[in-house]
Amino acid sequence: MQQKDSWLLPEGIEEILPEDAKHLENLRSRFLELFASWGYELVIPPFIDFLDSLLTGSGHDLELQTFKLTDQLSGEMLGVRADMTPQVARIDAHNLKHEWPTRLCYVGTILHTRGDPLEKTRSPMQCGAELYGHAGQESDIEVIRLMLETLAMTGLQNVHLDLGHVGIYRALAEQAGLSNSQESKLFNVLQRKARPELRELMDSYDIDPNLKNMLLKLPELNGAKEIIAKAGDVFAKANDKVKKALSDLSAIAEQLALRFPALPISFDLAELRGYHYHTGVVFAAFVPTIGREIARGGRYDNIGGVFGRARPATGFSADLKLLSTLNKQLYDIDKRELIFAPYLDDADLNERIREIRTQQRAVVQGLPGQTGTPEDMGCTAMLERDNQRNWVITSLASVNMPGVAQPSASVQSSAIAPGIALPPASVQSSAIAPGIALPPASVQSSAIAPGIALPPASVQS
Amino acid sequence: MLTIAVSKGRIYEDALPLLAEAGIVPTDDPKTCRKLILSTTRDDVQLVIIRATDVPTFVEYGAADLGIAGKDVLLEHGADSLYEPLDLKIACCRLMTATRVDAPEHKGRIRVATKYVNTARKYFAEKGIQAEIIKLYGSMELAPLVGLADCIVDLVDTGSTLKANGLVPRELIMNISSRLVVNKAAMKMKNQAIALLLEQLEKTLSQR
Repeated sequence: MQQKDSWLLPEGIEEILPEDAKHLENLRSRFLELFASWGYELVIPPFIDFLDSLLTGSGHDLELQTFKLTDQLSGEMLGVRADMTPQVARIDAHNLKHEWPTRLCYVGTILHTRGDPLEKTRSPMQCGAELYGHAGQESDIEVIRLMLETLAMTGLQNVHLDLGHVGIYRALAEQAGLSNSQESKLFNVLQRKARPELRELMDSYDIDPNLKNMLLKLPELNGAKEIIAKAGDVFAKANDKVKKALSDLSAIAEQLALRFPALPISFDLAELRGYHYHTGVVFAAFVPTIGREIARGGRYDNIGGVFGRARPATGFSADLKLLSTLNKQLYDIDKRELIFAPYLDDADLNERIREIRTQQRAVVQGLPGQTGTPEDMGCTAMLERDNQRNWVITSLASVNMPGVAQPSASVQSSAIAPGIALPPASVQSSAIAPGIALPPASVQSSAIAPGIALPPASVQS
Repeated sequence: MLTIAVSKGRIYEDALPLLAEAGIVPTDDPKTCRKLILSTTRDDVQLVIIRATDVPTFVEYGAADLGIAGKDVLLEHGADSLYEPLDLKIACCRLMTATRVDAPEHKGRIRVATKYVNTARKYFAEKGIQAEIIKLYGSMELAPLVGLADCIVDLVDTGSTLKANGLVPRELIMNISSRLVVNKAAMKMKNQAIALLLEQLEKTLSQR
């Protein structure tokens, strides 16, 4: 590669620049805090793993998606994780072995050999939460609620929930006694809801006419909640597995509708996302403007079996990178003041800097011979010595125009105590005690005692 | 608002009567008007006029909620991330192989000129023939005449272009017609409007 091309990144791999990284990290820590508050414990699975282990159980869909490498120590094939869910299932099944419900969450980069055709990224940052050890709809409802709360944190409006149940198709296909190749053709056609092709395919299969009719109706069973009643008619002659799946789905939707009255919920009984490892309810969240789901999940019972213990499991995951691009405005993420300090070997200065840094403000020190002004570096204030040779913070705006009163946020002769957020108003000769939040009004020559909240009006002593 | 992606030309002409049955009549004619977004007599429906091969892309990303695209384009695009609920039975033709009239029976590896690279590769692989695919963007019929390829894969309608160039259609790969494709997210979020449109179109189709 020529020197001038050395900045190029591989296709689908990106670097995240400061503003976006700040936003993403903010979201990441909020998510983990939320998960923790629901009792989901963080686990950190390894980035590379034995290929066999990555691809066991749920992993077969992932074979093409997994980057492979040879372990120089053992000669074994290793893979870079393309999905963290099987790894987390292994932790539950092999390491924790709790007899009670286990709640785990995770966040980390995964790699895909072939990027998602729509997102184009090959390095999503997967975050998710999994609940092991409970087989009922209550745990499905819990993870769906947690997913919705997680999305609410991103500030996204108009989230739309889609519900399905792979058990319906699974039971029908099983009852029809299809061969593997017949089933995979059927699966392909259903994924595209290609009704004319489905009709052709059904005509070519020799199966029970009742089952045939039910399978033919599957691609039409999507829409709002009246679909459940319609499905009840379609599957009137179906076996108990199908009926159970349908009643579970309906019960889950009712519960969610009670808790989220404004949430649009749709159903799609031919939705087969993650069909090869899901076993029950599947769900996904959509927002307008994005042509695909932004978070997804479902039930995948017994996946841990290959790791030593089969347990019921349900969970959801999303790409944190994608979520962080959808809404950047919402939070006043880390907007701490950046204060410029000169480079000086001065004990008082160093102590002052240390003190300020512990107070949710940032200090950046100039370096000898550097180019660029404090403003270039994004500083809004600087540390300077006053007449008494004390280090004080001076707003850069007033430094530029000495003696001129600034209409907003000018600070003159300030000895402002730590932890004070300046209001969007002028503050003059203030000696304000710690812990006082200033009201959005002008404050003049104030010497306010600690613990006094100012009324929302101007105060003149 | 529903956005429907349609390509200019035959598919557009053939789709108009179908859409009209659902109350969708464009207020401009793309032949005379250079607008790429056409409003229609229905306030909640607009058309976007794009190249045929771009239809699956627009619909996949949700830039259009629905689209009308030939099965040839969908097959070549690999449209697993779309729903294709209806066969509109318009713009019908056949995807075929064709060779020179005097072509010898092939042995071993053959060279195939086509714009349907993925489809051709898959077709020959399934037949157990090793094919070297040469991507062309047009005038496929020329390739066997000038020795560029042994065989072509292309759409055949009446077969007159082939005949005029001394080629004969050989094997049918697939019968082609236009399909209605739907974005997966739109199918869920705008289900009511889309389900209604599907129903109207299906009704019209069944009466033809």
